[in-house]
Amino acid sequence: MVRFIVRRMLQMAGVLVVLSMLLFVWLKALPGGPVSAILGERATPERRAALEAALGLDQPVYVQYLRFVERALHGEFGASTAVLPGEDAFQVFLIRLPATIELAIFAMVLAVALGIPLGYFAARRKGSPLDSGAVVFSLIGVAVPVFFTAFLLKYFVAVEWQLLPVSGRQDPSLDATRVTGLFILDGLLTREWDAAWDALRHLILPAVALATIPFAIIFRITRASVLDTMDADFVRTAEAKGLTASVIRSRHVLRNAMLPVVTVIGLSLGGLLAGAILTETVFSFPGIGDAIYQSQRDKDYAVLTVLILASAAIFVIINLLVDIAYAVLDPRIRTR
Amino acid sequence: MSATIRTSVGRPPSHGPLLSVEDLRVTFTRHGEEPFKAVDGVSFDVHPGQTVGLVGESGCGKSVTSLAIMGLLPKRGNHVEGTATYEGVDLLGLSDKEMRDRRGRDIAMIFQDPLSSLNPVVPIGVQVTEVMERHRGMSRKDAMPHARDLLERVGIPDPNARLKNYPHQLSGGMRQRALIAMALACQPRLLIADEPTTALDVTIQAQILALLKELVQDTGTALIMITHDLGVVAGLCDEVNVLYAGRIVERGDRHRLFARPRHPYTHGLLSSIPRLDSPRGEKLNPITGSVSDNLPWTSACAFAPRCSHAQEDCRVQTPPWEWENDGRGLRCHHPVEAEEVGRG
Repeated sequence: MVRFIVRRMLQMAGVLVVLSMLLFVWLKALPGGPVSAILGERATPERRAALEAALGLDQPVYVQYLRFVERALHGEFGASTAVLPGEDAFQVFLIRLPATIELAIFAMVLAVALGIPLGYFAARRKGSPLDSGAVVFSLIGVAVPVFFTAFLLKYFVAVEWQLLPVSGRQDPSLDATRVTGLFILDGLLTREWDAAWDALRHLILPAVALATIPFAIIFRITRASVLDTMDADFVRTAEAKGLTASVIRSRHVLRNAMLPVVTVIGLSLGGLLAGAILTETVFSFPGIGDAIYQSQRDKDYAVLTVLILASAAIFVIINLLVDIAYAVLDPRIRTR
Repeated sequence: MSATIRTSVGRPPSHGPLLSVEDLRVTFTRHGEEPFKAVDGVSFDVHPGQTVGLVGESGCGKSVTSLAIMGLLPKRGNHVEGTATYEGVDLLGLSDKEMRDRRGRDIAMIFQDPLSSLNPVVPIGVQVTEVMERHRGMSRKDAMPHARDLLERVGIPDPNARLKNYPHQLSGGMRQRALIAMALACQPRLLIADEPTTALDVTIQAQILALLKELVQDTGTALIMITHDLGVVAGLCDEVNVLYAGRIVERGDRHRLFARPRHPYTHGLLSSIPRLDSPRGEKLNPITGSVSDNLPWTSACAFAPRCSHAQEDCRVQTPPWEWENDGRGLRCHHPVEAEEVGRG
C-alpha cells in the first residue's frame, strides 16, 4: 500500500513538471512580453536590454525555466495586475480557493445524493417509466451546456421569481465574521445563523447548475454498473445460498457496483475544484473559475500562471486520493 | 405428450425420492420472438445419497433444469411449468421467500467458473460464514471456526490464512474447493453441481471430482451432476440422464448405459470420445450437424437430422418414452442394437 502511494506521488510530480514546462513555453510565446508591458512599445533598445538583464531574460532558456520553477516552489509569481491589483498572485489564489471548495463540494454532494440512488433504482426497475425518465433527464443534463443551464436558472429562479439571490457568495451588508473562508462553515462556527443561511442561499443556484453534468455521469455509471453487477455470477452464487435480498444488495451488488462510481466521482470532483469557469462567471461567484476568466481577459499573467498550476495540482491530488480510495475498496488492487 | 411419460415404471424400489422432478417445462419468452422451449417435459428422481447425472451438449437444457429447480431463473422472460417435489413440497410452487429459506440450507449449488462465482471484494471467510449466519442463526464470530473446519474438510491448506484471503489470491482449484465448502456449510441433503470442473485444469478436475465423490459418500448428500463430459459421469454418477433439445432421450444405470448405449445420440457421444488405444490414423467420430438442425419434438424426433439411424418415421412422429427390461428409459424409434456397440 505504501509503495503504491509513493509510486502514485512520483507520477504526480512528473505530471506537474511536464505541465510547468508547457506553461513556461506558453508564457514565453505570448506576444508583448514583460519588457514591453513595463516600458511600453517605444522604449529605446538600450533601456530594453538593461531591463532584460535585470529580469534575467538574457539568460539561456533552461536557466530561465529553472528560475521560474524555483520561484514557483516558493510561491513567488509576482503581483496581480488586474484581478486584485497589487496583491501577490499566490495570495489571490488562496483568497479565491475557499469559494470554489464550497461550491464544488456542495455541487458534488447534490450530484452524488441524487445520482447514486436514482442510478440504483433505475437499474432495479430497468425499462420502467422511472428508468426511462431518469435516463432522458440525465441525457439532458449532459447535453445542455452548463452556461445555458446556469443562465436559465439565474433568469427564472433568481430574476423572475426572486426565490434566490442572483450572484455573489453572501450579502455584504451582513458583515459576517470570517474564520475558514468557507462561508457556510464560518456561519455555523460563529453561530451567525443568518450568515450561514444567506451563504447557502447564494450557493444553491450555482451548485445546481454545476451539478448537472457530474449528476448525469454518476447516474449513468451507477445504473450501468448495477445492471452489470446484478447479472454477475457471484450474485447468482449469493442467491443460491439463499441470502436475504438486503445482504445480496448491500454486500454483493452495491459494494462491487460502486467501484467504477468512485472513480467518476473523484474525476468529476477534481474537475470542479480545478475551476468551474462558466458557472462561476454566470453567477459572479468569486472562486477560482471566475478568477481564471478575469485574469485571462485582463491579461493578468501572474495570476493566470498560479491558477493553472494550482488547478492542475488540485486535480492530480484528487486523483491520487481516488486511487487510494479505490485501493481501499478493491482488494484486487490492494493485495497484489 | 405427458401421456407418453411414465415416470415410476421399472424403477428400483426405494423409500421415495428426495427430489422428484415431473414434466418440467421452461419456455423462454422474449418480446417479438418465438417462445423457445429450453426444457420440454423433463422428469427424473433423485434418491437420498444418490448421484444423478444430467448430460448433454450446450443448449440442451441441463443448466436451465437446475436453475429452474433452484428458483434461480430470471424473474422475467421465462415460463416454468411442472413440479419439483422435494420432501413432499413442490419447490416450483413456493414463494420467493420460502424458496430463499431452502436454498443454501436444503439444496445447495456450485457453479462452473469459480473465479466469477466468488465475490471479488469479500474475504473467503465471510463468504463461507454468511450461509451459516443466514440459515443457522449463527454470528459471524461463532461461524468462523466452522468455516475454518469446512475449508480444511475440502482440502484447502492453511485454512486460517485462507479465511482472510480474497478470491483472486487463491488458485482455480482452491476457489472451487471454497465454493464447495460454502455449498456444504449447512449440510444440505441435495447438492447441484453445474459443470463444476469445466473451467479447471485436467489434473485439478480429477481432484475436485474425487473430493465431490468422497464428500457425497461421507455425508450422504444426494448430488445432481450437470456436465457435458461423459468422463465425469463415468467416475461419479449412479444414474445418467442424457438430454437432447430439452428432453431426456435416454436414462439408465451408469454401467449399463456405458456398456450398451441404446439411443443413437448417447452412442454418438460415447464414440466421439477419442481413445488412446485406437489404431493410429483412425478418424475421430464426431456427431455431424449441430443443434440448429433440430426438428420440433412435437412432430418428430429432434435428433433425426443428425442421426445415423434416422428413418422416415423419425421425421414425422414423436418417439414415445419407453422403459426397457433392464430399467432403462429411452426415447427412440430405432435404437442402437447390441451388436453395433463397440463398432463406433
